[in-house]
Amino acid sequence: MIKSIKKIVKDFTLSELRGGLKITAKELINKKITVQFPEERTPISPRFRGLHALRRYPNGEERCIACKLCEAVCPANAITIESEMRDDGTRRTTQYDIDLFKCIFCGFCEEACPVDAIVETQIFEYAFVGSRDGNDNIKGQFGSVITKDQLLEVGDKNKKMIDQTKLEDSKYK
Amino acid sequence: MAEIRNYTLNFGPQHPAAHGVLRLILEIDGEVIERADPHIGLLHRGTEKLAESKPYNQSIGYMDRLDYVSMMCNEHAYVMAIETMLELEVPERAQYIRVMFDEITRILNHLMWLGTHGLDVGAMSIFLYAFREREKLIDCYEAVSGSRMHATYYRPGGVYRDLPDKMPQYLKSDFRTTKELEAMNKNRQGSLLDFIADFVKEFPKSIKQYDDLLTDNRIWKQRLVNIGIVSANRAKQLGFTGPMLRGSGVAWDLRKNQPYAVYDRLEFDIPVGVTGDSYDRYLVRMEEMRQSNHIIEQCIDWLRQNPGSVMSDDHKVSPPSRVEMKDDMESLIHHFKLFTEGYCLPAGEVYSAIEHPKGEFGIYLISDGANKPYRVKIRAPGFAHLAAMDEMARGHMLSDVVTIIGTQDIVFGEIDR
Repeated sequence: MIKSIKKIVKDFTLSELRGGLKITAKELINKKITVQFPEERTPISPRFRGLHALRRYPNGEERCIACKLCEAVCPANAITIESEMRDDGTRRTTQYDIDLFKCIFCGFCEEACPVDAIVETQIFEYAFVGSRDGNDNIKGQFGSVITKDQLLEVGDKNKKMIDQTKLEDSKYK
Repeated sequence: MAEIRNYTLNFGPQHPAAHGVLRLILEIDGEVIERADPHIGLLHRGTEKLAESKPYNQSIGYMDRLDYVSMMCNEHAYVMAIETMLELEVPERAQYIRVMFDEITRILNHLMWLGTHGLDVGAMSIFLYAFREREKLIDCYEAVSGSRMHATYYRPGGVYRDLPDKMPQYLKSDFRTTKELEAMNKNRQGSLLDFIADFVKEFPKSIKQYDDLLTDNRIWKQRLVNIGIVSANRAKQLGFTGPMLRGSGVAWDLRKNQPYAVYDRLEFDIPVGVTGDSYDRYLVRMEEMRQSNHIIEQCIDWLRQNPGSVMSDDHKVSPPSRVEMKDDMESLIHHFKLFTEGYCLPAGEVYSAIEHPKGEFGIYLISDGANKPYRVKIRAPGFAHLAAMDEMARGHMLSDVVTIIGTQDIVFGEIDR
């Protein structure tokens, strides 16, 4: 009897709806969890797998030796490599293309690379300009297929960030 | 007199409540559903066929993309199939990490389900609150694997890397004072385990919030109670698994009934429903989140006390560490061999199933002894659930179809594969 009266009172006073409104009203004043991108960013893990880059040794020599492990391991067949012997007798790539539309950012190329040449960086915001091969008139931009020179440029520009994140993560690999 | 015919309505594939690319042909009499005919295949990517053309490890990334809201669980079934075939020993720590991330994935999936289900049915704020908590878990994904969604973290023989000792932190900006920044970084001071422990502590409060918002809400109840009733017997006949089956009152959970990984060492309950309507399934999933939270808690305790290796040291299957690879010729050979040819499985077949957030997710794998699978068949729980759409929707109103799609927790990545 008392129970049913309680229920009727609860139903007629919309108690559960008011309970819900209380939560939303509280959230109205609560601190927001959104951040003011791009001035402010959410934290990015050093393991983050973003845009690719090719690295160089401290003396400026490119690391990649065209062993083609990344090409072999790439599940999406996004990497194309051609190689030739350079004048000094070392083996280097003449072409190193990554089709960023095909790439699934699994990180296998970085994992496979025996000389830490190809890496995935923390860069996640970039745009393709022009079509596949990019637009030559806009400097520093690439098309959907990123070439060796552009990859090396990404690596040079972000050397500090790449070195630091890879060092931080090296003990787990 | 003119003949009266039922009206045929095309629901989706671009309807926001169709959860992706579901196309439903609805035959309706007024507003009552006479027949519901799901048309699938709009998200078909041929994952099973793709897997046949690649060495085993290269397909792990494609498993993430099946059910794209519970990524690591898909990987778990796949790597477990390979491990069973190879009779590979997996380090205990790796198993605990896997179980922990399976449960994190379960919460991720259920939060996604809760948010979108609420949104479909007409509750807006629950979506935002669910995504607030999801963000933290996705940060765990990113910290451990480097990717917010498609982790590619589990490997045959363990997991790729151990849990990090440091969490990334918010950086200084003009929008925050030092004090605010400190507050934002408060749960990021320690390791990933500390971060998850903090989440586990806070999460019951969030569930309570969802509970207060929805469980007793009369609009929510009007939309869910007695909608899409499936009896226990019928649920079994239709091949339901997971919360869909448990909502109908059948206590069947692969984590209990055929424990894999370390589930037999963990303490948790499996909730079951009574009537088998959408509301019961909602309650079951809510309780599952609480149970998952409890499992994660136990895993954290164990992982804190037992450091160690997270990858099998059988280098015929798992690549050697990078330091070893650069120092030792044999390791380098292993490295090259594994990343080009991969490894071969003995000829035979295996079915490995796990309790996926949506039900029983299974990988049936046939090997002919090569370095690629001869055939991979994926058992997606959502497929069986969607097949019951006609039966569940028949006799209900048009707006209830949305509820039923929501309660089935449909994700097209796995159904269309």
